[in-house]
Amino acid sequence: MSPLTHLPKRREALLLVVGLLLLGLIALRAPDFVTPANLAGVFTDSAILIILAIAQTAVILTRSIDLSVAANLALTGMAGAMLNAAYPGIPVPLLVFGSAAMGLALGAVNGLLVWKVGLPAIVVTLGTLTIFRGLAFVLSGGEWVNTFQMSHAYLDLPRMMLFGLPLLAWAAVAVIALAALLFTRTAAGRALYAVGGNPAAAAYAGIDAGRTVFRAFCFSGLLAGLCGYLWVSRFAVAYVDIAAGFELDVIAACVIGGVSISGGLGSVGGAVLGALFLGIIKNALPVVGISPFWQMSISGAIIIAAVILNTRAERTKGRIILRRLTAGQETGA
Amino acid sequence: MTMLDAKVPSGAQDDAAKRDGDARPVRFIPDRGDAPALALLRSWETLLLALIAAIVTAASLASPYFLDIWNLSDATFNFTEKAIVALALAFVILSAEIDISVAGIIALASTMMGMTAAAGHPAAVIVAVGLATGLACGALNGVLVTVLELPSIVATIGTMSLFRGLAYGILGDGAYTRYPAEFAYFGQGYVWEWLSFEFTVFLGLALLAGIVLHGTAFGRTVRAIGHNPAAAEFSGLRVRRVKFWLFLAAGLAAGLASVMLTSRLGSTRPSIATGWELDIVTMVVLGGVAITGGTGTIPGVVLAALVMGLLTFGLGLLNVSGIIMSIVVGAMLITVVALPILLRRLSARLRRPAA
Repeated sequence: MSPLTHLPKRREALLLVVGLLLLGLIALRAPDFVTPANLAGVFTDSAILIILAIAQTAVILTRSIDLSVAANLALTGMAGAMLNAAYPGIPVPLLVFGSAAMGLALGAVNGLLVWKVGLPAIVVTLGTLTIFRGLAFVLSGGEWVNTFQMSHAYLDLPRMMLFGLPLLAWAAVAVIALAALLFTRTAAGRALYAVGGNPAAAAYAGIDAGRTVFRAFCFSGLLAGLCGYLWVSRFAVAYVDIAAGFELDVIAACVIGGVSISGGLGSVGGAVLGALFLGIIKNALPVVGISPFWQMSISGAIIIAAVILNTRAERTKGRIILRRLTAGQETGA
Repeated sequence: MTMLDAKVPSGAQDDAAKRDGDARPVRFIPDRGDAPALALLRSWETLLLALIAAIVTAASLASPYFLDIWNLSDATFNFTEKAIVALALAFVILSAEIDISVAGIIALASTMMGMTAAAGHPAAVIVAVGLATGLACGALNGVLVTVLELPSIVATIGTMSLFRGLAYGILGDGAYTRYPAEFAYFGQGYVWEWLSFEFTVFLGLALLAGIVLHGTAFGRTVRAIGHNPAAAEFSGLRVRRVKFWLFLAAGLAAGLASVMLTSRLGSTRPSIATGWELDIVTMVVLGGVAITGGTGTIPGVVLAALVMGLLTFGLGLLNVSGIIMSIVVGAMLITVVALPILLRRLSARLRRPAA
């Protein structure tokens, strides 16, 4: 088969090796960090980033981008927390379901604007990013929903232990498993790759690009809504600025995980590894005695390194015919 | 071919979508297809002017303090620094690239200036350090995008973290607050009566940017690159070199904005200018610059800056909170970008029976 089909797998393997090396380095200075219990803690800590990175992967695969995920999370999280504070009687599963449904609706707004009006995704989600967060302010009047206002059931659900892991971690596991199935074993999932990889060929194959992009945005919104609940219940507080700027972390996780920003290339596994990579660094810095203030610049450097590696890999495989042409022309000149 | 061609790009930002922004309209004569679109784009500035007129009318009716020259002059401070970066970023976006790192550059430049000031150097050195930091950051972005050929959106997301992260790493939770007195002029000084130094520089740079984009071969080169990079390359244009200069200019503009902002605030914290990247991109897009490159004007960007500035000022006078304001800006961004597309679709529908 074409080397292209092997490429993502090789890249994930590489990332896994680099991740293990990183863990090894950390273990040299802080052996406690690599105990199973602590690693499970890192996984739980990264759960929300993992879920959102998977959501973003679906969107990026179709050559779009969703900058509104963190704002969506803040709005749905705020709405859920306020509902819970005002009506403690509403069963928690219903609230979780409601948050996800609300996130889905917000994602559908993005999707419709991209699909039906034909606006560039980056413009649409830049607009809805500010609108969603603004709506969170309107909804709450700028007030916080504090721990004591929310019900115990609402706050405790993600912390409930099951086979040694909290439900928050299991939520990430479930999303990983479902998304892996969805992306690789269903027509809708394969359509994401087809539309992003080659829109013209996808159209000839009878795939409706617009509808596929719309579905990707709905998927992204749904998971952002779910994370709205998870975030608020995990940190036990809801205010307008929760997860501010988190959208860029999410995109960074995807990029590190080898999801190509030009579409059509990437996998659930890659996104998960990318998110875990960021999670490990975030958790390891204080342990190895580096000021957490350096975390941001370190992840910046890692993002750049990852993009350089990924772009190299893509280019040698000649994925973009046009670029090869221009490159050839240059060497000829 | 046209049918399929027209179906594909909805969502995926392809060349056809770039020209039409729409999947539907059937292009009968491709080489004449752009004429109504161009006419609409020409009226983009008119649309923004009408918006400004509406804001000024509404705000002056609602508040007696709006049409006061000193108040208006004060109001320019809240958008001038962003607008200066927007002028440079407009060129980057016109060339079909993007620079998300501008706010990170502002933070790093401000930190470097704070270090310089703490070492006891005079204002001129501090300004030079700020501008040089901007240039260096712009050069790094330029190298990543043009030499290493990284997609600019991810490369600059990376450098955004890197630049602001360095500011956090150097400053931690501290701050630089001691700047020499003469440094205050760049963000607080007035050139003449109510005309601030900041706004004067902005007007000068807007004029310069307008002339470069609309009156020089370089400006045409930038547009050509944005419209069709491959065609530009085959036409012998130095695509990478031009793009490198554009990233350098964006870095320098961010450095300049950092000088002004730092001087105006008189202090540096690593969180300085947080979230500005999105505001600045919004300004450029609101100004009618297509995010996919190639089309857009400097007058449009200047008008968009005025729209955002006057709106903030007007709503502020009415005690509307800043975050409500951001809803208005977000909605305006989507509406203003969607409007020409919807109008074009409408006109195509009206024309179809005749054709």
